[in-house]
Amino acid sequence: MDTGIHIAPAEPLGLKVNPVIRIRDVWKRFGSNEVLKGFNLDLHPGESVVVLGKSGSGKSVLIKCIIGLMQPDAGEIKVFGADIPALNHEDLDQIRARVGFLFQSNALYDSMTVRENLEFPLRRHWIKIGQQEVNAMVMEALDNVGLAHTVDMMPAELSGGMRKRIALARTLILKPEIILYDEPTTGLDPVTGKEISDLMVEIQEKYKTSSLIISHDMKCVERTADLIAVLVDGRCHVLASYEELRNATDPLVKQFFE
Amino acid sequence: MNLTIPVGVQYFLEETGRMARFTGRFFAEAFRPRYEVQEWLRQCFLIGNKSLSLVGLTAFILGLVLTIQLRPPLLEYGMESELPYIVADAVIREIGPVVTALIFAGKIGSGIGAELGSMKVTEQIDAMEVSGTNPFKYLVVTRVMATSLMLPILVIMASAISLLGSFMGVNIKGNTNASLFFGHIFQFLPMSAIIPSLIKTIFFGFAVGLVGCYKGYYSTKGTEGVGRAANSTVVISSFLIFLIDLVAVQITDLLGFTS
Repeated sequence: MDTGIHIAPAEPLGLKVNPVIRIRDVWKRFGSNEVLKGFNLDLHPGESVVVLGKSGSGKSVLIKCIIGLMQPDAGEIKVFGADIPALNHEDLDQIRARVGFLFQSNALYDSMTVRENLEFPLRRHWIKIGQQEVNAMVMEALDNVGLAHTVDMMPAELSGGMRKRIALARTLILKPEIILYDEPTTGLDPVTGKEISDLMVEIQEKYKTSSLIISHDMKCVERTADLIAVLVDGRCHVLASYEELRNATDPLVKQFFE
Repeated sequence: MNLTIPVGVQYFLEETGRMARFTGRFFAEAFRPRYEVQEWLRQCFLIGNKSLSLVGLTAFILGLVLTIQLRPPLLEYGMESELPYIVADAVIREIGPVVTALIFAGKIGSGIGAELGSMKVTEQIDAMEVSGTNPFKYLVVTRVMATSLMLPILVIMASAISLLGSFMGVNIKGNTNASLFFGHIFQFLPMSAIIPSLIKTIFFGFAVGLVGCYKGYYSTKGTEGVGRAANSTVVISSFLIFLIDLVAVQITDLLGFTS
């Protein structure tokens, strides 16, 4: 069937050099349930790619394999050229310091204040920085998300949108070169969802980060994506721009736009 | 012959194996740098501070009630003067450590199970790992070491408060001064009663911390799993406290510490 768009090849053409994330033929199964069946994708510097797929299609599994929270059963995942499944803990931490991860549930530490939440990755990755410098970095990250006044509040005192922004600030504090977003607008009202999407674009422009976004919120996808990888049956079914996909005739693609 | 293992037995064996592996990982991680000293001290403070008032109050009541109940039968046999020593021996050897450990399992063990379970389902443990932290070391090792240290300290305090309760119990119907009461206890109570009972509380604390961490760390099925983690922590660690107590009494008996 001609979809009018290109199907992601097993070995994508090397039109751009040195992807920051390179995923080749990744397989992952849980018991008898095979969620990834030879997934391929490249993320290039400064690019924003959305992985679009139904719930339970393996999007979150993919993003967790990229950051080393899960091991793929087979295939190659390279971040900044480093083979993630083969790295030891120390080397993996070096890579993780350059990659931000925004969790679907925000994953703010309930027992810590906003300041302590933001200080945590700083202290763990860069042990030898002074308190003054830490304070300045915390305030800069909070200013970026417009929530400097919440610095001494507990996560439980914040609204859903504020918690998402704080989680984003914590992701930003190490000034990552890549940010992985796991369903960044899920559970938010449309207005807050739009604000978060705009913030993601703003951050990408300001810090020139590369973004890999897991989402099925089409408003968020439209605002943030340079390219969209449609994940169907464990594979990258299609890789194309939002406009190209919107006009596609392929029913597997069309269902996301209806 | 087709031999099938009942599902319950199979689950028990699997769970025991997983816990044994978890314990092995604890020892492997505990002695390998980086050491989370600051978090360990924070956990010691929180664990000790959280259980102090409850343990103190129950220990006081325990000493008081035990004394009031033991007085009539001892009077009957003309052994009233032995009351301080008998209460102290019972409290220090057995009742103090076991009751304090059970309260500890209910308050601290369930709290650890629920806290770690909640951190697991809200991806906080994953977030910690992404932030360059070994979550097992930061969450599990620090908590288990804190419970192993703090329970013996709490037991010492609980035993002291219990004896204070006993002293008040003696004075409800009699008239004994403090120096006579405590002097009598320390004159007859051997160190062989105190040391083994303190050593076993280290194992009680270790069991409570380890079970709480295990149940929380591997909690599944969302908020339902968090509740289950807290509940099963109390059940399993309470059972382990009695099991350790049974083993400890056999060992102390073999080594001649029971007299």
